[in-house]
Amino acid sequence: MAVSGKDDVFAPWKDATAEPLIKINGVTKRFGDFTAIDNISLEIYPQEFFALLGPSGCGKTTLMRMLAGFETPTSGVISIDGQDMSTVPPNKRAVNMMFQSYALFPHLSVWENIAFGLRRDGLDKEKIAARVEEMLKLVQLGKFAKRKPHQISGGQRQRVALARSLAKAPKLLLLDEPLGALDKKLRQETQFELMDIQEKTGTTFVIVTHDQEEAMTVASRVAVMDHGQLIQVETPEVIYEQPNSVYVADFIGDVNLIEGSVSGLDSGAELAWAEGRDPLIGQPGASLSKGQSASFAIRPEKIAISAEEPQDRRNRVQGKILDIGYLGNLSTYHVELPDGPIIKCEVGNRSRIERRDFTWEDEVWLSWSDTAGLVLPR
Amino acid sequence: MRRLLVGVPYVWLLVLFLVPFGIVLKISLSDIALAIPPYTPTLDLSGGWAGIREFFSQLDLENYVFLTSDDLYWKAYLSSLQIAVIATFLTLLAGFPIAYGMARAPEEWRPALLMLVILPFWTSFLIRVYAWIGILSTEGFLNQFLLWTGLISEPLTILNTNTAVYIGIVYTYLPFMILPIYATLERMDASLLEAAEDLGCSRIQAFWLVTLPLARPGVVAGCFLVFIPTLGEFVIPSLLGGSDTLMIGKVLWEEFFNNRDWPVASAVAIILLLILIVPIILFQRNQQLNREAEQ
Ligand SMILES: Nc1ncnc2c1ncn2[C@@H]1O[C@H](COP(=O)(O)OP(=O)(O)OP(=O)(O)O)[C@@H](O)[C@H]1O
Ligand SMILES: [Mg+2]
Repeated sequence: MAVSGKDDVFAPWKDATAEPLIKINGVTKRFGDFTAIDNISLEIYPQEFFALLGPSGCGKTTLMRMLAGFETPTSGVISIDGQDMSTVPPNKRAVNMMFQSYALFPHLSVWENIAFGLRRDGLDKEKIAARVEEMLKLVQLGKFAKRKPHQISGGQRQRVALARSLAKAPKLLLLDEPLGALDKKLRQETQFELMDIQEKTGTTFVIVTHDQEEAMTVASRVAVMDHGQLIQVETPEVIYEQPNSVYVADFIGDVNLIEGSVSGLDSGAELAWAEGRDPLIGQPGASLSKGQSASFAIRPEKIAISAEEPQDRRNRVQGKILDIGYLGNLSTYHVELPDGPIIKCEVGNRSRIERRDFTWEDEVWLSWSDTAGLVLPR
Repeated sequence: MRRLLVGVPYVWLLVLFLVPFGIVLKISLSDIALAIPPYTPTLDLSGGWAGIREFFSQLDLENYVFLTSDDLYWKAYLSSLQIAVIATFLTLLAGFPIAYGMARAPEEWRPALLMLVILPFWTSFLIRVYAWIGILSTEGFLNQFLLWTGLISEPLTILNTNTAVYIGIVYTYLPFMILPIYATLERMDASLLEAAEDLGCSRIQAFWLVTLPLARPGVVAGCFLVFIPTLGEFVIPSLLGGSDTLMIGKVLWEEFFNNRDWPVASAVAIILLLILIVPIILFQRNQQLNREAEQ
């Protein structure tokens, strides 16, 4: 299961012989009568960069805290590296957590913060010093080693927290919204830094994030959660291109949703969406039955816009431009269909004057291929 | 207007500290006299410039020299220091666990617990110390209780010993120890302890390596707040202590009221103040450092 050649895709979850590092088996966590985690089963493999995504309060932190050992599952079993964790306290787990608040020790210098975990292992002084130096170099904080946490910037603090949690070379590193406090540029830099570190150290990362773009950038797989349940666990591409539900499609990226009912399942899935209109044709996103109410999901960038009616595509609708947004690298058009729904479509601005010929109130045609959209049950 | 505002604390300092201090200092440099007030010289401005010169020429350090000649005084200072140090330590031993427990209590209990700590201040300090006499005396509640349980067969002599003084001081000054420690512990981010555990600490190690160092500013502040007033404490040793309990506050009282030797009493007070200046400055520095560290 080596991650070697370029063509050798890293996908241990497809490999029946691969041993998962984390096995979460039917885990439920209740606080009083509130169910924060609802019967979750999940396997995470060594060297994965696994992202947990979901709205606030859906149970991401709770799941992480159970992995770290700060909460015990109400029922179900979590095992790490083949060992049942139910009786293993946090300090005996080969798991480190980077806290959302960083939780740096304010009375210790940057150096001592990073050395803290190593000292608990009773390593000798030279080894600790060497490891701390190595970590400082990794996060480029050598110059700040002597400072206290309150004497460095927010971004630097975050890197200290990262270095501290990496220092013990844990099998599993948990990152709870590690980049939440950073500005966009630093955030992107750090994302790449994280991926780089992950590649260098081979540690398995589980990262919680509110930011779906971040999840898409860094993760080998993404789990979308809602109300304590896993809705879909897949690679970022699959999550984006083939969401298994309206919830996931809507949560990740922009999507147009057109409601209707399944009218045919012969060539792809057909969705009747308005009286007297041809049905929309797309791929079935899950198992469907005829007559079932469903939504047609189509990403804005998959829609073409033209003045003339395109003859080569079956999915085509006419509408009136309501609004135009110019975003530099692309333009978005909000097109109102006669029966009500408003469709958003995104067009890249390849040349400077291209497609500037549409303006407000213009009648235009929107079209997309048979495989561009998904029909998802509601 | 701004000057006025800035000036207020200085006026306060002048009226409530520097002026009384100047008066006491002046008395300590005077001689005892059978008069009202019982010292001489007194400043008589009607004598003009010569009168003022005459006045100053009569001030001397005689009383301070006297303090060194009788070993009662330096023994009293030393004994006060010793009692203050031990009592501060005992108060810390009692106060830390209480503060810790309060900070760890469920959030909705904390205001009530704080209230309980402050509640004794609602009754007079003197009454509370007298109450301790009722508890600690040979026929007191404590002895009666211990006799009743059968733990002892003879009543213990606690009242009028140093033990009673320690009990009184710990009881009286406990809130001054608890409050600053509680404040630092309560502010402490609970995730720090989780981080320590996550990095391999047991609960006990996390306490020593994280909780205690972070509580240090509160502990230091609490110790000073107990130590400083204890050093000059007078009521507790005179009500609960015995004849052999030597504390400088008691000596001061006796000089003033029994011997009516105001000048010597004032000299004792000035020396006490000089001794206290060291811990007060250290205390201020501690507070200053904490404020800087918090930014
Ligand atoms: N100790 C607790 N006692 C009671 N309820 C809790 C406790 N911890 C979490 N919860 C509840 O469990 C749910 C999940 O919380 P959790 O912190 O896991 O959410 P989250 O997905 O991390 O949200 P966010 O993205 O806002 O951090 C929330 O509704 C929260 O109120
Ligand atoms: Mg959270």
